Amino acid sequence: MSELSVNHLLGIKYLNKKDIQLIFKTADHFKEVINRPIKKVPSLRDITIANLFFENSTRTKLSFELAEKRLSADVINFSASQSSVKKGETLIDTVNNILSMKVDMVVMRHPNPGAGVFLSKYVDASIINAGDGAHEHPTQALLDSYSIRERLGDVNGKNVVIVGDILHSRVALSNIYALKLQGANVMVCGPKTLLPKYIKDLGVQVETNLRKALNWCDVANMLRVQNERMDISYFPSTREYTQQYGVNKALLNSLDKEITIMHPGPINRGVEITSDVADSDQAIILDQVQNGVAVRMAVIYLLASKIKH
Amino acid sequence: MSQKVLLNAKELNIILHRLACQLIENHNDFSNTVLIGLQPRGKYLANRLAEMLSIDYKIKDIKLGHLDITFYRDDFRRGEKILEANTTDIDFIVEDKNIVFIDDVLYTGRSIRAALTAIQSFGRPNEIELLTLIDRRFSRHLPIQPNYRGRQVDAINEEKVKVNWVENEGEDVVYLINN
Repeated sequence: MSELSVNHLLGIKYLNKKDIQLIFKTADHFKEVINRPIKKVPSLRDITIANLFFENSTRTKLSFELAEKRLSADVINFSASQSSVKKGETLIDTVNNILSMKVDMVVMRHPNPGAGVFLSKYVDASIINAGDGAHEHPTQALLDSYSIRERLGDVNGKNVVIVGDILHSRVALSNIYALKLQGANVMVCGPKTLLPKYIKDLGVQVETNLRKALNWCDVANMLRVQNERMDISYFPSTREYTQQYGVNKALLNSLDKEITIMHPGPINRGVEITSDVADSDQAIILDQVQNGVAVRMAVIYLLASKIKH
Repeated sequence: MSQKVLLNAKELNIILHRLACQLIENHNDFSNTVLIGLQPRGKYLANRLAEMLSIDYKIKDIKLGHLDITFYRDDFRRGEKILEANTTDIDFIVEDKNIVFIDDVLYTGRSIRAALTAIQSFGRPNEIELLTLIDRRFSRHLPIQPNYRGRQVDAINEEKVKVNWVENEGEDVVYLINN
C-alpha cells in the first residue's frame, strides 16, 4: 500500500513523483465525493485541524476549511490580525498554545519564507504550508497540475509558461518544482525586473516576449502582479505592463493553436488578462478552484492517515 | 499455508444462478431496484450477477453501480495499512429505490456498516438488502445478516476465504486458506 514519503507538506521541493501521483489518484476519488448530493465523508472525525493565517487569504482559507469540513475534521481558525502575535508572542509559542488544545494538524500561511519548515522542527503536529512569503505554495501548484492533467490528460511533455511577477510569486516556484517533477517543459515570461536573476538554474526557459511564449506553450499560467509585495517600481506603469504582458482575446485568436489559460486568482481583470479571456472556454480558472478542494482533501487525508491513533 | 477448495467453478455457477433467481423472485422486473457492488471485491460478483440477469434471464435495463467505502471505514489510522480508495460509480438516483448490496464475503459486518453510511450520501433509499456469496457465520462484530447467501461457512479467525473470478484471477473458484 502506498503512502506519502513525508509527514508534512512544506513544499513541492520535498515531494517525489510518486507522492504527486498518489495525491492526484486520491483527489480523483474526492472529486467524485464532492459532486455527490451529500458531499461529506466521516474519515477525519477524530482529527482537529488549526488554520493559522498570519497573512490575508480568501480562497485558500475557504478552500482548506471546506476540504477539512468535508472530511469531517474539527476546524479552528486563527488570523494574525486578531491575535496575540500583535502582543509580541513568538510563532512557536502561538502554535504550541494552540496545539496544547489537542490539535493534530496545522495549516499555515505566513509572510516569512521557511516558516513552515521552521515550525515543523519544533512542534509535534503535521504541518501544511498554505503559502510562506515568496517561497512556496504547494497545494496551489498541486491543484494547478491536477487541472492541467484533467484538461490535457497528462502533465508529462506539456509546455507550460508562467507569465508575470515571477519574482514575488510562491505560486511560480511551487509550480516550477511540480511541473518539472512530472516531466513538463517550463518557461517563465515577464519583464526582466520581475524575473529572478538565477531562475534558469531551476531548469526553466526564460522569455521576455509574450507572443513567443504563448506560441510555444500548451498552457499559460497567468500570475497576478503583486503590488502589495513591491517595495520599488518594477515597471513604468500598469498600462505598459498590460500592453506587454496582458493576455486578451485578440492575442489568443492570432496564435496558430488553442492554448489553455490558468490563473491562481485573485484576477486583476484588464491587467494580466481581460474579462473575455477569463470567462472564455479556454480558461480553466474556476475548474482550478473546484479542484482545489479535492486536492486539499487528498493532501489532508493522506497526511492524517500517517498520524497514529 | 494450505488451501482447500470451498466451491469449484461448477458449484459456483449453480449458486450464482440460484442467487439470480432469488433476486428475480423478490424484485420482479427490477424497475425500482438497483444493484450495488461493494468495492473492491464485491464488484466482480455484482458484475457477474447483472450479466446473468440480463443475458440468461432477459431482464432489461439492470441498474448496476459500484460503491467504495474507504472513507467511511471505522479503522482509519488504526492499522499499519494505509487505506487506499477505489472508484465509486453510481450514475443513477438511489432515492426511493430498493438497493441490493453485493459483496463476496461477509465476515465481521464492518464493511456493510460503512456501506450503509456511504450510500446515504447519494439519497434515501426505500430499502436495502444484502447479498453475499460466502457468509462466514459466528464471526460478526455487528448485528448484520445477509438476505441472500451463496454458501455459509464456519471458518476460524486465522483462516481466510478468497473468491477468485475468471475475469480477474483467471479461474472461478472459492478457497479456504489456512495461514
